[in-house]
Parts: sequence; structure tokens; C-alpha cells
Amino acid sequence: MARRLVQLLTALIYNINIKGFFAGGIYKGRLKSVCVPGLNCYSCPGAVGSCPVGALQSSVGAVRNGISFYVIGFLILTGSIFGRFICGWACPFGFLQELLHKIPSPKLRKKRAFGVLKYIKYVVLAVFVLLLPAYFFIRDGVTVPAFCKYICPAGTLEAGVPLVLLNESLYQSIGRLFSWKLLVLAAAIVLSVFIYRPFCRFVCPLGAVYALFNRVSVFGIKSEEDKCTLCGACARACKSDIDPSVNPNSGECIRCGDCVRVCPTGAIRLGAMYFNKPGDSPKRRDAR
Amino acid sequence: MMRSRRVFFTIILMCAGALMLFAGIVSGEPSSVMRKAVYICLECIGIG
Repeated sequence: MARRLVQLLTALIYNINIKGFFAGGIYKGRLKSVCVPGLNCYSCPGAVGSCPVGALQSSVGAVRNGISFYVIGFLILTGSIFGRFICGWACPFGFLQELLHKIPSPKLRKKRAFGVLKYIKYVVLAVFVLLLPAYFFIRDGVTVPAFCKYICPAGTLEAGVPLVLLNESLYQSIGRLFSWKLLVLAAAIVLSVFIYRPFCRFVCPLGAVYALFNRVSVFGIKSEEDKCTLCGACARACKSDIDPSVNPNSGECIRCGDCVRVCPTGAIRLGAMYFNKPGDSPKRRDAR
Repeated sequence: MMRSRRVFFTIILMCAGALMLFAGIVSGEPSSVMRKAVYICLECIGIG
């Protein structure tokens, strides 16, 4: 419940420029120079901050050194403190996917393919966020935000749809690209009903960045082996298909706290400066 | 990795992140971010 409240408040704070949704314009104040930690399109009429993924792509070539110390430093600092805690608690698009997953339906969990699909987000980060914008800048002298342009369903939902509906001129300009992006958004929405946070787990480049920090972030999960009875309740409760008793700080863990809540012995805790390495529980190793 | 080494690594990362952030602010990068963010990004919304 606390997490839901934080997710809702975060979505509201990121998009507090409510009048933008009526006027059909976007916020142009100084706060836009500040990145928010979650995936939130800066062209959303309500957005008062910048999306770090959008800022990272647009910074390729736009700043003096070719890379943005500001955005990369922000991601390293946020990642090393929170890791994917941001995904679980402070990402509006993740929040939406979780709400969609509450729609009663058959749920797809623990599929072998998911173990492979999770690596797509690292490819998306490398190709669409870093390499393609750099390639276009070298070739044409203009940076193209390839991830935002061809993939990001959050941008379509938060910015594309409302702006097109509110602006006649933008409505007249839509074409194949907009149709493609609507298709990606529709796929993300439909899949979210059946799979827990599919975009976050398999595609999101921001999730990929934070996943790299999950094992060393200040906020983490600790599994205490002396209290663990190997009952498996945490693994059954984990919608991200992790076994928190074996790998509590997996790159896929979004710190939702479901495992903490169901643990009958209080062996799993969410907090600061807890570090476990994968498989460091001798009991669990022996049990496998 | 030992716990103390992990803590050390985390602190190094935090310091590096903070230093890069500070260097970016000093060199005026926030204004570059802002220049992009205050205009509707036509690519981002699927038009450009």
C-alpha cells in the first residue's frame, strides 16, 4: 500500500503541470533542466522535469565533450544509491503496467524465454540510446533520439496521444511513425495484463542502467541464511521471477518488497547497505 | 565480493557520480538538457 502511494505521488510530482493537459502545451520553466529518476517523457504536457533517457540521447553531440557528464553522473549517482528501487517505487510507466496486471486474466510467469528476453533491454540501451544517436550525429550532424522515436511507449502515452488530441496541427501531422508507436504502446498495454511489467523487464533502457547497479546500490535486499527455512514463499511471491533467498540483489529485482511481506520468518529485509552476493547461502546451495 | 569491498565500491561509484554531476553542472550542461526539454520533441511523440 505504501508503495502504491509512493508510485502515485511520484507520477503526480513528475507531472504536476496540470494546466498543460488543458492548454495542449508543455512546461518551459527552469525545472526542465533537472532529470527525474524514472522514465517520464519531457514532452508530456504535465512534465516538469526531464527524462534521463531522453536527455542522454539528446546530449550525444550536443555537449562539448560528446557525452553528458551531467546526465551520466546523475544516472551513476541515482543508480548507486537506489538501483532498481526507482523502477519499483518511482516510475509512472511501471506503475501503469502494474495496474494493468491487476486485470483478472491468466498470468504468464517463470517462462524459460523470460531468462533470455531480459537481455534485450541492454541491447536497446546500447543500440537505441547510445550508438544510433551517435551514428546519426556523426553522419548528419544532428542527434536523433532513436529510443524515443522508435520505441518508447511511455512517450506515446504521456506525450504523443495527449498532444495530438489537443493540437490540431499535430493531429494533421501524424503518419506511419505515429501508427507504429501506437502499435508498440498497444503491445505494451496488452502484454502487461498477462506478464508482470513486460516493458520494464525486457525493453526499458533505464531499467537496464539501474540493473547494472543493483548489486552494489545502497538500498538493497538482504536474505539472512540463518533465519531462512527454504520454504520458497519468497520465490513464489516474486512477480519478477527471482528467488530472493538465492539472489536477493538480482538485476531484475525492482525492490517491490513482496518477498519481504510473505517471508514467514522475517529472513528477507529491504533496507540500506545490505549486500549479499548471489548464491552465498550455503543452505540454499546444498538444497539445489 | 566481501561486504566491505562492496561498500567501498558503492562509495566510489557515488563519489564518481556526484563528481560527474558537478562537472556537468559547472560546464553548463543543464542548459543543454533544458533547451531540448522545453520544446515539444516531435520524434518522441512519434511525429518527427
